[in-house]
Amino acid sequence: MIIELEELKNLGRLAKIELDSRAQNRAATDLNNIMQMIAQMQSVDTSNTNPMENPLDAIQRLRLDEVSESDHRDEFQALSEHTRDGLYTVPRVIE
Amino acid sequence: MDPFSSLETLRSGLDSGEFSSVELAKHYLARINKYNPQLNCFITIPEAEALQQATKADALIAKGNSGVLCGLPMALKDIFLTRGILTTCGSRMLENFIAPYNSTVAEKLAGSGMVCLGKTNMDEFAMGSSNENSHYGAVRNPWNTEYVPGGSSGGSAAAVSAALVPVAAGTDTGGSIRQPAAFCGISGIKPTYGRVSRYGMVAFASSLDQGGAFGRCVQDVALLLSGMGGHDPRDSTSADHDMQDIHALATGDDKGFTLGNKKITIGLPKEYLENLDGAQLQAVYETARNIFETQGVQFREVSLPHTSVAVPTYYVIAGAEASTNLSRYDGVRYGYRCKDPQNLEDLYVRSRTEGFGDEVKRRILTGTYTLSVGYYDAYYVKAQKVRRLIANDFSEVFKDVDLLMTPTTPSHAFKLGQLTKDPVEMYQQDIFTTPASLAGLPCLSVPCGTINGLPLGLQLIAPHFEEALLLKTGYLFQQHSDWHTQYPEPGAL
Repeated sequence: MIIELEELKNLGRLAKIELDSRAQNRAATDLNNIMQMIAQMQSVDTSNTNPMENPLDAIQRLRLDEVSESDHRDEFQALSEHTRDGLYTVPRVIE
Repeated sequence: MDPFSSLETLRSGLDSGEFSSVELAKHYLARINKYNPQLNCFITIPEAEALQQATKADALIAKGNSGVLCGLPMALKDIFLTRGILTTCGSRMLENFIAPYNSTVAEKLAGSGMVCLGKTNMDEFAMGSSNENSHYGAVRNPWNTEYVPGGSSGGSAAAVSAALVPVAAGTDTGGSIRQPAAFCGISGIKPTYGRVSRYGMVAFASSLDQGGAFGRCVQDVALLLSGMGGHDPRDSTSADHDMQDIHALATGDDKGFTLGNKKITIGLPKEYLENLDGAQLQAVYETARNIFETQGVQFREVSLPHTSVAVPTYYVIAGAEASTNLSRYDGVRYGYRCKDPQNLEDLYVRSRTEGFGDEVKRRILTGTYTLSVGYYDAYYVKAQKVRRLIANDFSEVFKDVDLLMTPTTPSHAFKLGQLTKDPVEMYQQDIFTTPASLAGLPCLSVPCGTINGLPLGLQLIAPHFEEALLLKTGYLFQQHSDWHTQYPEPGAL
C-alpha cells in the first residue's frame, strides 16, 4: 500500500472531502492502483532536466499596476442566496 | 435541408436566401428535441435565446453586413461560461450557476453572429474519457447507443456526429476533443496550448486545458477555430501569435487548403505502433498511410522514447492542478451549498462531498497527495521534469519530419459501463493523446475507418502553431477518403 488508510483520512481532511467507511475502502483501492501506475514515472532519469511548468516555456506577462476592473459585487453576489449587507454569510465562527 | 451539410453549404443557403438563420436554427432544434432524449448530448437548450440570436443574424445578412460565420448554428461544451445561461460543467457543484459574464470563446462566436443552440454534456469538470462521469447522465454514441461517445467533450462530439448541430466547441486537456471525435466518427482539433483563450472556461488543469473545435469535415473545424482563437489579454497564458494563416484557410476557397508544391514528410512513432491492439486496427492504419503515400507524402519511422510514461506524468500534473483549481468550490460564494451546515468546516466539507462526483474526488485526492509535504518533489516536480523530456522528444523528431501520424485511440469506442470499475484502465485510454498534450502541441483527429460499425480516428500532430499545416494535411486525407462523409444510420438513432 502506497497510501495507508490513516494517510487517506488525512488527505480527505486537507481536501475537505469526507469519505465514509465504504467510500474509504474504494478510494484506498483506487488511489493505490493509481499511485502504482504513476510509479512507472520514477524509472525515468531526470537528472540535469529542468521542470516544465508551461508547454511554451512562457513566462508570466506583466501589466501596468493600474485598476482595470470595475466593481461587480452586486452582480456576483446575485449568484448566492447567502448574502447580507454586501457580505457572504456562513455559520457563526465567533461566539 | 440536409442536416449533415457542411458549413459552406449552409452558408450558401443563407446567402442565397434558400433559408433563413431562424429556419436553420429551428431545423436543428427540432432534431435536438427529437434525438436528445436518447443521446443526452445537451444539458441546456436555450431555444428562446437561440432564436433571438438567429433573428439578429438574419437582419445582418439582409443588410449584407455579415461575416462567414453569421447565422450558422453551433453548440458550446458546458464548460464555457455564457452570461445569463446555465453553465454546469457537468457537475452538481454548478447545477445552479448562471454566469455573470461570457467566456471569450462564447463572446467571440456570438460576436461573429453564430447561433448557440445549446450547452453540451460532458464529464464532470472535464475529467473522464467516456462521458459517464456527468452529473446529468451519460451521453450515448450515435453510432451505437450501447457504446460511449468518448470524453470529456462527449456531448459536443455526439451532437455533431448525429447532426444535431453542424459544429461544436469543446476542450481538450489530455485528449478530450480527439478521443470523442475518433469515437464518434468526426473531425476535431486541439490547437496549440494558448491558441484559444481560457478566459471564462472553467479551469481543470491550467497548464494543459485548451479549447478547440469539432466538425464533420476539416473545413468546418477550420472555420469554427478561426472564430474561436486568437490572443486574449484577459488570459495570461494566451499566446500572442497571429491567426492569419487559419483565417486565410477558413475564409478563402478550398484552394487555400491545398499543400501546393510543398512535399511533406510524416513521422510514424514506433512506440505508438507497438501499442496497436489487433490486426484490424493495424490494417485501418496502413490504409490511411497508403492514402497519403499515393499523394506523394513520405513517411519515416521515428522514436518518442518517453511515450510510455506520458499517462502517469499527465495524471500527476492534471491531478495536482485540478486539486488546486477546484479548491475554489467551497460552498460560500457560488455553486452548491449543503443544507443546514453546523459550522464553517461542515459547510466546506459537506458542500464539496455532496457537490463533487467520485472521479473528481479521486483526482482531487491524488493531486492533494502529490502536492503534499514530503511528496511534492518526488511526484509533482518529477512529473514536470518528465514532461520536459516528453516535449524534448517531440522537438527532436520535428527536426526531421513535418508532422506525426498515430492512431487517436488504442481501440474503437467501448461499451457503457465497461471500464467504470477500473480508473487505471480508463486512464490508459489516453495513451496516444496525453503525450502531445503535455508538449502543448496542436493535434487533429480525422475519421479513418470503422471496425464492427464503430468509427476510428487518425491523429496528426504538428509543431507549435502549425495548425494550418495540420488542417491542410487533414484536408488532403479527406479529399481522398470518404469516412468523414459517413454518418450513423438513421435507424441506429
